[in-house]
Amino acid sequence: MVRNVPSPDVIPFEECDITMVARVGGKCASLGECLRAKIAVPPGFAVTTDAYQVFLQDNHLSDKIMARLEGIDDAQVVEIENASRDIREWIETGTISERMEDVIAENYRILSKRSRTPALPVAVRSSATAEDLPGASFAGQQDTFLWIRGVDQLLLKIKKCWSSLFTARAIAYRTSMGFEHSKVLISVAVQKMVRSFTAGVMFTLNPATGDRATVVIDSNYGFGESVVSGEVTPDQFHVNKITMDVTKKTISEKKIYYTTDPESDQVLKLELHPERQKQQSILDEEILELAKLGKTIEEHYGRPMDIEWATEKGLPYKGQIYILQSRPETVWSQKEAKPVVEPKGSAIEHIIAGLIKGRSIT
Amino acid sequence: MAAMNFPNPHEAERIPGTEGWERMYPYHYQYTTDDPDRKKYEENMFWFYDGLHYPEPMYPFDIIWDEAWFLALSQFNTRIFIVPPALGIDHRIHNGYIYITPLPVADPSDIPKRAELFMKRAGYYYQNWDRLHDNWEVKMRNIIGQLAELKIPELPEIEDESVVTEGLGVSTGYRLLKAYDELIDLGILAWQYHFEFLNLGYAAYVVFVDFCQKAFPDIPLQKITQMVGGIDVIIYRPDEELKKLAKLSIDLKVDDIAMKGSASVILKEMAASENGRKWLEAFEAAREPWFYVSTGTGWYHHDKSWNDDLDIPLSAMGIYIEKLRKGANIDRPTKAIIAERDRLATEYRALLKTEADLQTFDQLLGTSRTVFPYVENHLFYVEHWFHSLFWNKVREVSKILVDFKFIEDIEDIWYLKRSEIKDALWDVVTGWATGSNSRGPLVWPKEVAWRKEVMAKFREWTPPDAMGTVPETINEPFTIVLWGITSESMSHWAKLKSISEGDLTRIYGFPGSPGVVEGTVRVCRTVQEVGQLQEGEILVAPTTSPSWAPAFQKIKAAITDVGGVMCHAAIVCREYGLPAIVGTGSATSRLKTGQRIKLDGSKGEIEILG
Repeated sequence: MVRNVPSPDVIPFEECDITMVARVGGKCASLGECLRAKIAVPPGFAVTTDAYQVFLQDNHLSDKIMARLEGIDDAQVVEIENASRDIREWIETGTISERMEDVIAENYRILSKRSRTPALPVAVRSSATAEDLPGASFAGQQDTFLWIRGVDQLLLKIKKCWSSLFTARAIAYRTSMGFEHSKVLISVAVQKMVRSFTAGVMFTLNPATGDRATVVIDSNYGFGESVVSGEVTPDQFHVNKITMDVTKKTISEKKIYYTTDPESDQVLKLELHPERQKQQSILDEEILELAKLGKTIEEHYGRPMDIEWATEKGLPYKGQIYILQSRPETVWSQKEAKPVVEPKGSAIEHIIAGLIKGRSIT
Repeated sequence: MAAMNFPNPHEAERIPGTEGWERMYPYHYQYTTDDPDRKKYEENMFWFYDGLHYPEPMYPFDIIWDEAWFLALSQFNTRIFIVPPALGIDHRIHNGYIYITPLPVADPSDIPKRAELFMKRAGYYYQNWDRLHDNWEVKMRNIIGQLAELKIPELPEIEDESVVTEGLGVSTGYRLLKAYDELIDLGILAWQYHFEFLNLGYAAYVVFVDFCQKAFPDIPLQKITQMVGGIDVIIYRPDEELKKLAKLSIDLKVDDIAMKGSASVILKEMAASENGRKWLEAFEAAREPWFYVSTGTGWYHHDKSWNDDLDIPLSAMGIYIEKLRKGANIDRPTKAIIAERDRLATEYRALLKTEADLQTFDQLLGTSRTVFPYVENHLFYVEHWFHSLFWNKVREVSKILVDFKFIEDIEDIWYLKRSEIKDALWDVVTGWATGSNSRGPLVWPKEVAWRKEVMAKFREWTPPDAMGTVPETINEPFTIVLWGITSESMSHWAKLKSISEGDLTRIYGFPGSPGVVEGTVRVCRTVQEVGQLQEGEILVAPTTSPSWAPAFQKIKAAITDVGGVMCHAAIVCREYGLPAIVGTGSATSRLKTGQRIKLDGSKGEIEILG
């Protein structure tokens, strides 16, 4: 039986939950919650904010960084750029202590063993403590590294994730919002890479209309990054969550996709074969299965969700669907919940108001 | 939108060879230009072609129901319940096709006063709905009873002696005129009752629909009607009776006789055995009233009821017996339907965000569910049961006109206006009383022959969807429900137009019931043709009624020329989980039996594959 090593620096997803956002970040906390809801999530672990803080201390960076940012305001574009470059370099060239390196390496080894793949390819993503919270969407401000193999590469990318907390954009955002730089911490999610046949995002409401009975799924071939980054116009599917009917299908011309070259271990951006560009990228069964998963996740969290997903194809007819991450939807959820119509004492008052309003023709 | 331009009613096309057609219809139904105010009014209103009720041109007699609802709907809006923003619906006719327009309240400052009155009056109906509705049924059954008992007397050579011995003091001539008046009066009265509840029901429904569409912009209209739809609605009752008779024939082991197809054979052979007579007893009980169900909408005299042609229900019953013999379950899945209806309502409700919305949802859903059984049930009482009896009573009147050589055939009477029939009956009875020759035989056969020609020309003409000027909003509930006046239905018309200009591979209609299927077309113009349906075909029909119900056991989807989201085909398909597209206008003429098509019941789109 493979056991995880208990440490304040690393926590497996299985042991993460929503109360632990401060230590493992929103992304890892959320993946732990999905596992609790019996949702298939690729295995992995969180490198905690404790580890990040210890790293800063070991390398005497905390005060140095604060001093570098002293007095900069969000209008000073060039100054911010320069500070960012300096700070990121300090972090990326810093040394991870042997003790911490051992813990991370051991957890990575266990993950590889569990997946029966030596030097398991993983995705390394930042899991910010302020990200994923309704009302403070930092999403997309930290980096994601795909198809990372081996401990050395892994440690390097963990440091890159840490440093992504100090991109010029993140610094400017925190400065303008009045968040203290020293209070915003970062965790890193290390997750088994899904060999996505197709992937994309799913909203458990219609982002265009706010209709909470609709699930909207965006999909393309390959890794979900082409969809998340907006590099392709993905296929879009609407599912009525209550009746579980696919109510709308928009098949788009999908020019490119991301995949991996098994020989070079590089992530590649390729042009999609012209014949496949206009094909529906996921099966009808998968659309419905995804919608069901979306419904389960939404029920677990009790609020509309924004979900990244992927299918892995071991068999030609059908894929295994994985949830890569899920976070609360922020746009519609942030709107003040106003009544659809003014409340009234009786049905007939509504009828009168409705009749007077009438139906608009034009 | 280009398609939003409609012809000026005064410039609408006239058909050569039909000059003088106006005399076939009430004089006030004409568009006229001689008075400048009336001309301006007609040009400024938006006149819809009422194709939903009248897919074919009006017969001069059949326009009685149009006049009846012209009065009934309008009076309840304008003078009785005082619908705050809407008056009645005005009617016109052009080339035999009915155009209608809802009148808004002209002065907005009148609306608050009207709202106060509506609150009190309509409020009284909503609050006492069940009691008033029970009372309505009593009234309706009462006038149907009077209609059934109404005698249309034949004129005797000499009156019976009892006229003298009982001192009656009146002749059969007088009684004939009186019976005709009573007949017409009962018809008008049935339609007074028809609208007693209907628009209040529609108003509650429309406002619930508006709320749901605001709260859930993607919600399909079908799902809203499913949430409010009744379970024990009598639209299913005739079909239920057939199923019971099918089961009974098997229980009594007379199913072989029941399968013999023709009614005359079945009824004769049943009468020959004890079990057969038991079955006959049940059969006769079911006929009153359930076999008065019409095979059409009931709006036209040619819509026959089951009672008019027993071959129709008996051959449909055969489909059920076959199914039962194969061990199939033919019962309606009522429990599943109730569960699904409640699940839909509960799950949509749970997605509402505020306490205020939950309260509004409960108020409006509650009221809609209260009113909806009427919305669904009134059709059987008025359009089916009453009308079926009524048409046959008019045929009795017609027989007298045929006897006196005023017309050649019983079915010629429909070419006379009801006021002309009254005049003709005067001509008959005065001639009869006097012993002189009536003038009618010199007038009517010629006139009827001409009117038949005119109507044939009307039939070949395609009426424009609308005439006049498009307003910004529509506030009249009946118009909204039946014509679906939304920007969506307007663009639907635009699509129809683009088709008429060339794209022949697609037909559009109203989404009646969701689902996507591909299959083979079977066009059935009348219910008599449903016997030709093969398992798994797509039924294409002008319209369906409860008497078509057995057909839905065999088909994969249904398409109709006429109907909205509340029409029979849409309701039944939603219940059986079959896709349906209704109100296509032209599917029976554009699709051919054997053609492959693909249809999408959520979009209302039909694609012709080959």
